[in-house]
Amino acid sequence: MNKKQKKVLTRIIISAVLVISLKIIFHIFSFNKYIELVCFMVPYFIIGYDILKKAVHGIIHGEVFDENFLMAIATVGAIILGDYVEGTAVMLFYQIGELFQSYAVGKSRKNITQLMDIRPDYANIEQDGTIEQVDPDDVETGSIIVVRPGEKIPIDGIILEGKSTLNTSALTGESLPRDAKEGDEVISGCVNLTGVLRIQTTKEFGDSTVSKILDLVENSSMKKSRSENFITRFARYYTPAVCYGALALALLPPIVSLIAGCDPQWSKWVIRALTTLVISCPCALVISIPLSFFGGIGGASAKGILVKGSNYLEQLSKTRYIVCDKTGTLTKGVFQVTEVIPAEGISKDELIEKASYVESFSNHPISKSLREAYGKEIDNSVVCDVEEISGYGVSATIGSETIAVGNIKLMKKLGVEYMEAPGTGTEVHVSINGKYAGLILISDILKPTAKTAIAGLKRAGVKQVVMLTGDTRKAADAFAKELGIDMVKSELLPADKVAEVEKLLDNKGKKEVLAFVGDGINDAPVLSRADIGIAMGALGSDAAIEAADIVLMDDDPAKITTAINISRKTLRIVHQNIVFALAVKFICLFLGAIGIANMWLAIFADVGVMVLAVLNATRCLNYKGE
Amino acid sequence: MKKTYAIEVDCANCAAKMEEAAKKTDGVKDATVSFMTQKMKVEFEEDTDALEVMQAVLKNCKKVESDCEIFFS
Repeated sequence: MNKKQKKVLTRIIISAVLVISLKIIFHIFSFNKYIELVCFMVPYFIIGYDILKKAVHGIIHGEVFDENFLMAIATVGAIILGDYVEGTAVMLFYQIGELFQSYAVGKSRKNITQLMDIRPDYANIEQDGTIEQVDPDDVETGSIIVVRPGEKIPIDGIILEGKSTLNTSALTGESLPRDAKEGDEVISGCVNLTGVLRIQTTKEFGDSTVSKILDLVENSSMKKSRSENFITRFARYYTPAVCYGALALALLPPIVSLIAGCDPQWSKWVIRALTTLVISCPCALVISIPLSFFGGIGGASAKGILVKGSNYLEQLSKTRYIVCDKTGTLTKGVFQVTEVIPAEGISKDELIEKASYVESFSNHPISKSLREAYGKEIDNSVVCDVEEISGYGVSATIGSETIAVGNIKLMKKLGVEYMEAPGTGTEVHVSINGKYAGLILISDILKPTAKTAIAGLKRAGVKQVVMLTGDTRKAADAFAKELGIDMVKSELLPADKVAEVEKLLDNKGKKEVLAFVGDGINDAPVLSRADIGIAMGALGSDAAIEAADIVLMDDDPAKITTAINISRKTLRIVHQNIVFALAVKFICLFLGAIGIANMWLAIFADVGVMVLAVLNATRCLNYKGE
Repeated sequence: MKKTYAIEVDCANCAAKMEEAAKKTDGVKDATVSFMTQKMKVEFEEDTDALEVMQAVLKNCKKVESDCEIFFS
């Protein structure tokens, strides 16, 4: 509790004690009515002076009809009618509710910001051999900083010296540590786990990853969702409407009775009007809805999903079409040996071994993946007469064998009979002494979660998953079939992707949302064209963070489903709160108008509903998974 | 020109009122108030002095919500 809240709490306790003791005293002894009034005024003013002041202040500045005004009118009215206890109690409970709200909201605000708190407090700058602790803002680009185990890396840079493992969980939500060594680029926000690192900074603090992310998250609640705007607009008309309604309730029935010649029963109708005023306070809605969205955004960011605004979180829940890129999104974007088919008379291992020896001088990605598949040290001194035939492959001599490794064209050129590839990918054929030795298939491999991710999307209510790729049709179709993707557009140039997305946008229903998922490389135009752009594996990629509406910090496609589910949950809670609060209010308003509801029920309708709505809203913060 | 200021405000409704008040202030092109992060983001009209405008913004905000505070020095 902060100072302000403590002060309110003290006032609540003092006036509560006073009200109860006065009530007991007046129950036992009877006094003059005016003495009673004066006595009750003491706790009333202790608890309500600020509300009264604000109400007067509001009236002076033309801001009538806010909740202070409602409370002031209702309680003053009750006191004038002689209900001292009720008048004071309403004020007391209103303050208890406000205190609770401010406490609960403050607490969840703190929880959420803590969750997102990746801001480093200091940097250890190394100058002339001494280490000094400074504000990260004061570190110039190119400075050398020292990060000890347990400290956060404050600024993006390159490791000059040292070896360590880094915990990126604050950024990605992933708990698997990453290794970092000399020469590696590191990004701010990671926690250094094991060794001391000397880092040369490559950016200023303000341009570092951690600042960018913080900026993004802090600004996210500025982009308001439609539900939030609805409530703000609603409150603008609702409160005055209720005030006029209450006024009408206080005046019309008695006047009608007077005309009809009956007893006007002024006090009865005024009390009913005051009750409706207390009931009608819109706080439950006004507070719980932004809190829900903020909680949802906070909960998502704990999972490594950055949502740039409440509006995107809201939109995401309506996603019916997911369009995704292939390379880097569903696949790892790195090439690996996926299949080895040796010809007769040679084993798989031998084939790989020979191919990697021949390719050992090359730096081509294909040669690298061959060497990786072989996995052992290569002594390339045994390889002689290496001849690289551009566009065909490589041939070399090892001992008595002349080995050629390359594509179909190379085999044709050498006049070697080759076999057809059974799968898709880049084909590497091998011949030894002019005799066919086998085929190695190299292709981009799927991310391990890609398949479950697509299935998860379908479960989350996505109608159609579309894959866009520059790959050949054969390869793309095979991928799509394996993953269960509904539609494939293959052999596309980057510019075609925008056109395809536009076509899909034209064909979808008005309320349906299309999200594009890409890895942020070359797809910025598509990211911004789609209803929602989701960039993946964007850690450290400024362009993607800039262009996308939602950023997945790691490259796990299953996070798309998580994001959709979080948004659904948030929206569900928002709707629950709207419906619940409005339903209770309207029921109580009705009961109040016909005289069944008393002041105590009114207090529940105001404070109780707000407390429940706020508690419900805090659930947005926790997302446990499907 | 856009600037972000730390603010102090007690309730979401009051934050909404502050936003309205800030938007209506001369020299302010657009303003958003986030109750959750306790921040006000102000976009100023061209050729205005941010400090002067912010003083007016604070004055207008105080009118609608006497408890609020904006830190802009």
